[in-house]
Amino acid sequence: MANVISDETIDYVGILAKLELSDEEKENAKKDMESMLDYIDKLNELDTTGVEPMSHVFPVNNVFREDVVTNGDDRENILKNAPEEQDGMFNVPKTFD
Amino acid sequence: MNILDYTATELAKKIKAHEVSVLEATNAVLGQIDKTEDEYNCYVTIDREGALKKAEEVQAKIDSGEIDGPLAGVPVAIKDNMCTEGILTTCSSKILGNFVPTFTSEAVLNLERAGAVIIGKTNMDEFAMGSTTETSAFGPTKNPKNPEHVPGGSSGGSAAAVAANECFYALGSDTGGSIRQPAGYCGVVGMKPTYSTVSRYGLIAYGSSLDQIGPLSKDVTDCATILEVIASYDSKDSTSVKRENTDFTSALVDDVKGLRIGIPRDYFGEGLDSEVKDAVLKAADVLKSKGAVVEEFDLGLVEYAIPAYYTIAAAEASSNLERFDGIKYGYRTEEYTDLHNMYKKTRSEGFGPEVKRRIMLGSFVLSSGYYDAYYLKALRVKALIKKAFDDAFAKYDVILGPVAPTTAPKLGESLSDPIKMYLGDIYTISINLAGLPGICLPCGNDSKGLPIGLQLIGDCFKENNIIRAAYTYEQARNEMEKEVK
Repeated sequence: MANVISDETIDYVGILAKLELSDEEKENAKKDMESMLDYIDKLNELDTTGVEPMSHVFPVNNVFREDVVTNGDDRENILKNAPEEQDGMFNVPKTFD
Repeated sequence: MNILDYTATELAKKIKAHEVSVLEATNAVLGQIDKTEDEYNCYVTIDREGALKKAEEVQAKIDSGEIDGPLAGVPVAIKDNMCTEGILTTCSSKILGNFVPTFTSEAVLNLERAGAVIIGKTNMDEFAMGSTTETSAFGPTKNPKNPEHVPGGSSGGSAAAVAANECFYALGSDTGGSIRQPAGYCGVVGMKPTYSTVSRYGLIAYGSSLDQIGPLSKDVTDCATILEVIASYDSKDSTSVKRENTDFTSALVDDVKGLRIGIPRDYFGEGLDSEVKDAVLKAADVLKSKGAVVEEFDLGLVEYAIPAYYTIAAAEASSNLERFDGIKYGYRTEEYTDLHNMYKKTRSEGFGPEVKRRIMLGSFVLSSGYYDAYYLKALRVKALIKKAFDDAFAKYDVILGPVAPTTAPKLGESLSDPIKMYLGDIYTISINLAGLPGICLPCGNDSKGLPIGLQLIGDCFKENNIIRAAYTYEQARNEMEKEVK
């Protein structure tokens, strides 16, 4: 089975992945994804009826702790690598008018 | 004897006995870097000043008796995806090209507590996505055994730095073979422990359910010693497991009598280079002659591990790499019109092609309408693969095979066909899916003089079986080499 990725799909994936692709990159991405999906389709040869999806190999349970503050004010460190900072806050482009 | 010829544990003993100072050891490594680093490009960042300062501090602590461990004073290289306070940490990506962490990852802290001297941060495939270290934004690393060839990846810088004596040992991370395969290509020892053994706190995530930190070293003794130091339960890593049996050095025993070793026939089929095959089977014979019970068996499902892995790893990567948005840290594009445009431009300019490829694939397999067919299907296949290993480990203590189908390819030969590159991971990838420990150690050279890697795989939490087998093989090989000389 050969997968075909449409222009709409690659645009949608671009939105999900937050990537802006040039026309050339889009064409390459379509081809790459088609061949990867053709390859992944090999998994359909296996009957997995009744098999539970395994997200972790060991049982992972919620880890509970007492609700006490253990960390202090770390604002300076947190902002240290920010591309833009203003008055002790991350500076972001305007998000609404 | 040249200081650089010591293994990490030998050096620590010499330092303890005051035959070598920490500063001498550090200078020896920096001197070697001056000689060979221009050609090999093992490091993204070399922290000379920090290392020399640290050497003095550690020496004082050793002299006062405050630090007294098997790695005290030994210079180490850290893969550039582990956060190190005050030292640039890039993941070999432009998007983190200016990132200086304000904290240190738990595994590195464990080393520092044991008196490690950090020399610098090693080159890698961008965000650990690749098998050659050629996807690094800072240029490829060359294989010190033959600089026309790749060192493997993604921990290629760490493996090459050990092989080139540009450090005494290194840390790498392994998501689908990224410690074991470069160890094999560079002729050093590399190990991925059981998932959850080493804290992932401060390791910049690629595939969180697969990632593990582990050692790259000159021999098996160093490997077990390093692992013993870095393994720890850590409440900051929610998948960390409280283990009782982390006395890995107790398995450094030259004896495999009665050890049951299984050789999967499906690891020796089409695509495996004949010289690699011969060397690996010869190693199995050596272990047999030492008293191990060796037999062939069918593991099954080997060909399904790669498509399952790339689905799961890409899905997790697309989610993990969402954090790189140009706001909290790292690169931000110069010009933009609004928030979403800033996100998109930042990420498109900051990530390289292989990273974009995997983020897009991951976004697709997780998207509505495809999630069941691709992502959940892969997780179901993962369950089957885990079951196949459970069945195998009911019969065997160790599974033995090659680490990769060939020795190191030439630079520039791998990236043009992604699927072909992914196929090279066939023997390493299922170990990550099943959470198992695996060690790679040298078992000879091919006719081009390139190292061949032997892989030993153990059941979960049973590192000691593979360490014992690896140590016994290494002793036998050292004996054989002495006889040849």
